[in-house]
Amino acid sequence: MSAVLQFTETSHPQSANDSSATVAALTGLTKRYGNGILALDNLSLSLHRGEIVALLGPNGAGKSTAVKLLMGLSSPTAGVVSIFGADPRQASARLRTGVMLQVGRAPDVLRVCEQIELFRGYYRNPMPYADLVKAASLEGIEKRMFGELSGGQKQRVLFALALAGDPDLIFLDEPTVGLDVESRRLMWTQIRSLAARGKTVLLTTHYLEEADALAHRIVVINKGRIVCAGTPAEVKSMGASVPGAATNRSLRILRCVTALPVATLLNLRGVTQASLEGDQTTLTSTQPESTLREMLALDQTLHSLEVQSPALEDAFLALTADLA
Amino acid sequence: MSTMSVPASALAPTNGFARCVGIYLREARYEFLRLFRTRSFSLSVIGFPVVFYLFFGLIMNRGQNIENVSVAKYMLAGYAVFGMVGAALFGIGVGLASELSAGWLELKRASPMPPAAYLLAKCTSAIAFGILIVSILTLMGVTMGHVSLTVTEYVRMIGLTVVGVIPFACMGMALALLVPFSSAPGIANMIYMPMSFCGGLWIPIMMLPKFLQQFALLLPTYHLAQLMLSIFGYASAGTASNHWFGLLGFTLLMLGIASIAFRRHEQNS
Repeated sequence: MSAVLQFTETSHPQSANDSSATVAALTGLTKRYGNGILALDNLSLSLHRGEIVALLGPNGAGKSTAVKLLMGLSSPTAGVVSIFGADPRQASARLRTGVMLQVGRAPDVLRVCEQIELFRGYYRNPMPYADLVKAASLEGIEKRMFGELSGGQKQRVLFALALAGDPDLIFLDEPTVGLDVESRRLMWTQIRSLAARGKTVLLTTHYLEEADALAHRIVVINKGRIVCAGTPAEVKSMGASVPGAATNRSLRILRCVTALPVATLLNLRGVTQASLEGDQTTLTSTQPESTLREMLALDQTLHSLEVQSPALEDAFLALTADLA
Repeated sequence: MSTMSVPASALAPTNGFARCVGIYLREARYEFLRLFRTRSFSLSVIGFPVVFYLFFGLIMNRGQNIENVSVAKYMLAGYAVFGMVGAALFGIGVGLASELSAGWLELKRASPMPPAAYLLAKCTSAIAFGILIVSILTLMGVTMGHVSLTVTEYVRMIGLTVVGVIPFACMGMALALLVPFSSAPGIANMIYMPMSFCGGLWIPIMMLPKFLQQFALLLPTYHLAQLMLSIFGYASAGTASNHWFGLLGFTLLMLGIASIAFRRHEQNS
């Protein structure tokens, strides 16, 4: 219901001004660092008004690099970055964006209220101070020095700084790292309400649950390339379809303790992946029934068997494992 | 939302200047506060010149005059320079290095803050500390060392402090961009102490061995100290324009190094 509402809401300014539909775009972006590491490899991505996009990927996938390029903090080796149709380094683009970086640590000896005042001052139409404190749930710690705060509190201050200018486009690089469950839910609520007000949010995350719960669109990246993109439901089904193309419905994950070596398992019908961790073997199969029959016939000692449908996490792992 | 931002940007030029001044002032105020509250900085950067001047300028040479030169007054010039160089080198060098390593600078660069506001805030804070140190030393000299100083001399000292901090601010910037934060304070000290000694800030330059006197020509501390001494009529060698050129050359060199280091830093981040 709310998604439908949002769609009609966003379609109005779209017709009035067609450039407002795409808020930010990365086109054919490649970034190679001075030390030769290829962080992004011909990546294209566009963000639309009012949507929450989650950039999902393992460590070193290029998520933070993508955010830095979108913020104009580093320059691409090839490709174009456009924020509100302009270069991200232009003041006009910066006035409309807010960012929370993964390593952003504020000076320890400034008070929370001072940091917020400083950042609000950079913008023409900042968010009212009281609203910011409420949005980031900083009530009661406004007079504290940044250095005295807990990890979660620091994270919330940085969230407030990202929202200080009441920006239309917000980048959140791993926003809920170090937050307890309650604070994480609170931040999720805030992020959802931003999108409901027509703001665009790009967040990077490790937490699959977070991407699933928050995002309208998930973009899975690995080794600097997009592995797949779509709604959380689509990504899940794509993950399921990765190995066996058309037979995605029947994909199952089998966990068991077996004496059969991985090499043998990979030769069984339907098996697309197999791995051994400790004494537990995990395999994915597109024909789970026949795989199981063969396994049970080959190994009489097989035990602790579990059969699961792939969840988002498994889809994600399958997608980022050896593709790209 | 997009319709709301149009009148906002149209309104901007009317209060744009005031808003801009506000950003610069706020940035400078919070930078000064940050430095002041960082006890490891404020105590050592003020404490060192004060203690040094007390021992070597006031206690060891009590009321001495050599060839009509008051030792306490002569040493005041040296330790004043010593103090302002410390404020610039540690305030900017170590401060910038820590903000680089913490990712704070990156967050600020991503904001609409004008980069000049950041640099100017760092520079003016170092100048403010420089003025504070020079004033404390002068007060000590006048009250405890029988130093007689005219108001004009004092004003010229402050004026020279404002300008004299700049070359060392540039040096601090270059240092922060070249050296990782963990080793920045140590390396800053390794530069600060020898440069102060060889520039004649602790011991009058003519008492140093001949080869050190020649080497001093390359040091910004030497040139700044000579300019400071010339306010009292104590300059030992070289013309004022020589010393100004020396400082200017050093400043340009440091700016060059800093800009190369910054570009390298940007490519790798």
